This record gives sequence, structure tokens and C-alpha cells, in this order.
Amino acid sequence: MIFVSVGSQAPFDRLIRAVDEWARLRGRADVFAQIAKGAYHPTHMKFTDFVDPSEFKRLAQEAQFIVAHAGMGCIISALELGKPIVVMPRRACFSETRNDHQVAAARHFGEQGRIIVALDEREVPEKLDFALDVRDRDRIDTKASPQLLATIRTFLEVAPGSIGKSQSTELKKVPS
Amino acid sequence: MQINKAERRNKVLAVASSGGHWTQLLRVVPALTSFEIVYLTVLESYRLQVPDNRFYFVNDANRWNKLRLITLAIRVAWIIGKERPDVVVSTGAAPGYFALLFGRLFGARTIWIDSITNIERLSMSGSLVGRHADLWLTQWPHLARPEGPHFGGSVL
Repeated sequence: MIFVSVGSQAPFDRLIRAVDEWARLRGRADVFAQIAKGAYHPTHMKFTDFVDPSEFKRLAQEAQFIVAHAGMGCIISALELGKPIVVMPRRACFSETRNDHQVAAARHFGEQGRIIVALDEREVPEKLDFALDVRDRDRIDTKASPQLLATIRTFLEVAPGSIGKSQSTELKKVPS
Repeated sequence: MQINKAERRNKVLAVASSGGHWTQLLRVVPALTSFEIVYLTVLESYRLQVPDNRFYFVNDANRWNKLRLITLAIRVAWIIGKERPDVVVSTGAAPGYFALLFGRLFGARTIWIDSITNIERLSMSGSLVGRHADLWLTQWPHLARPEGPHFGGSVL
């Protein structure tokens, strides 16, 4: 099974259309898509508008790999489950988001080799073909980095109840 | 009845909108273990992920819809007034902005962690919220500035 998700905030027909076309070309009948009320209804994939977090987890775990918009919710969930993920970033020029932050995030984590990136719909088929041969990897911890947890704990431990910029300026110099 | 302040566990209101904001919030919660945590988010379906905590959800909004933004601000202000948290922490976006603003007005200490997705520049809410945040963080060292936001690690 392959699980496709566009997140909970807005449809992303460009991605759904591209994956639907790939499913048709490859004769895959086992692709399931979450489309967030997209106007385009896939003809070669089963689909639903939204899934709740437990359903998302079940589908993602069951899937051979995940296809998604380049939202951090999908990316982090895939890393936490050790699942390969192919992402395509939403673009502001198509009013799919308010700015191109997904392009930068996709590029960055793609260069790190943690995710597979299709920058636009033309790159989708080759990246999906590639993902078919990628195996599950080690799951990452479900906690933030020790450094971030320490930054927050240190801030909270010092003089709880007292407020003030001078105090917080001191705190900000702490760990790095 | 009087509540003995010393015996009351400090309360943190943890705020995030959906998707990556919520995922990142859950990843920083381990830093809050000594607090009573109350959650505020935008999807009721997230309640099952934090079954032991008090939980609020509000309509999400962004700068594309002013009326929804105003409704959101009022709802968030009401929740802050009711809960009176000692600390407000948020990973964004709009609900977190209002939570920090009203949280600070009600005397809470405030923490903003700008989403890891904002690699090239801070989010809109993340840049506006700086003046209301006691701890104002970006997850990217190259976006840190001496006057804030500061870098103190990332959720990954």
C-alpha cells in the first residue's frame, strides 16, 4: 500500500493529480489518498478528505512509503515511523500556501538525504519509482533535540513567577 | 475557598495549530514534565493524543481572513483568562501568537518556538510575536539575532 497525504489545512490537487496519473501508468490499485476536499477526485486511487491522527499513523505504518506535501507534520511523522517519504512542496504562486517555506524545507531535508523530494509534478513519477526500492530506516526519537529541551527547561527553572526582559536576556545566553 | 499557591502545580498552556505545529509541540512537551499541561489547538481529533490533559480547540485563522482572526483572538483571550497559566508555550501559528500576547498581559511567562519549516525567514506570526515572548526561539542558527530570536536547538 502507498499512502498519500496533503495535510489538514488545504487541498493540493497538483500532487493528487500527479500521483493518480502515476498509479494509472503503473497499474497500482493499492494507493490511498487523503485529499482535504480537493476539487480533483482521483480515478485510480481510493481517497478520503481527512484522517485523524490515529488513522494517519496506521496508514503510514502500513504503507510501503508515504507521499505528501512538504509539511513538517507529514515529514516528522514519517521520520518518527522510519518510513520513506516523497514530498512535493506547495507553492505560493499557485496560492497553495502563503509563502514558499515548503520549498526551502523540502530542499534542506532532501539534501540531508532524510526525505525524497519532487520539486514539481513533473518530477513525481521518477521519484515514486525510486521510492519503490527504498527500505524503511531507523525511527527517530519522538522528542526534540536534547539542546532544545535543555533550553526550555533552563528558562523555566530560573525564578519561576518573576517576569521581566532583563531576566530572560540572561537566560538567553545560556546553552548552545 | 483559598487555593494554597505553593501546593498548586505550575500550569503551562501549550498552544499549536494543526499539522507540523502540533507535531513539533508534542516533541517539546518532554521539557514540561514538572508542569500541569493544558493544550490549545485547532482540531478536536488531536484530543486523543493527550487524553490525560485538559484540552481546548478553537477555529484556526490566518491573515487571509480577518473576521476569523478576530474570533480566534477573542476565544484565545477567554481561555487564557479562564486558565490563568503561569507559562504559555507555542510552536505557532496564529493561535499561538494570540496566546502569547494575552498570556503576557495576564502575567504568564511566554515561549515562542518558530516552526522548523521557516528556514529562510521567520514566520509572519513568529516575527510579530517577538515583543511578547520572554524566550523567543528560531530553530535555525543563521536566523538568530542578538536582540532575538535566539537559537537554542531544534525539534529534530
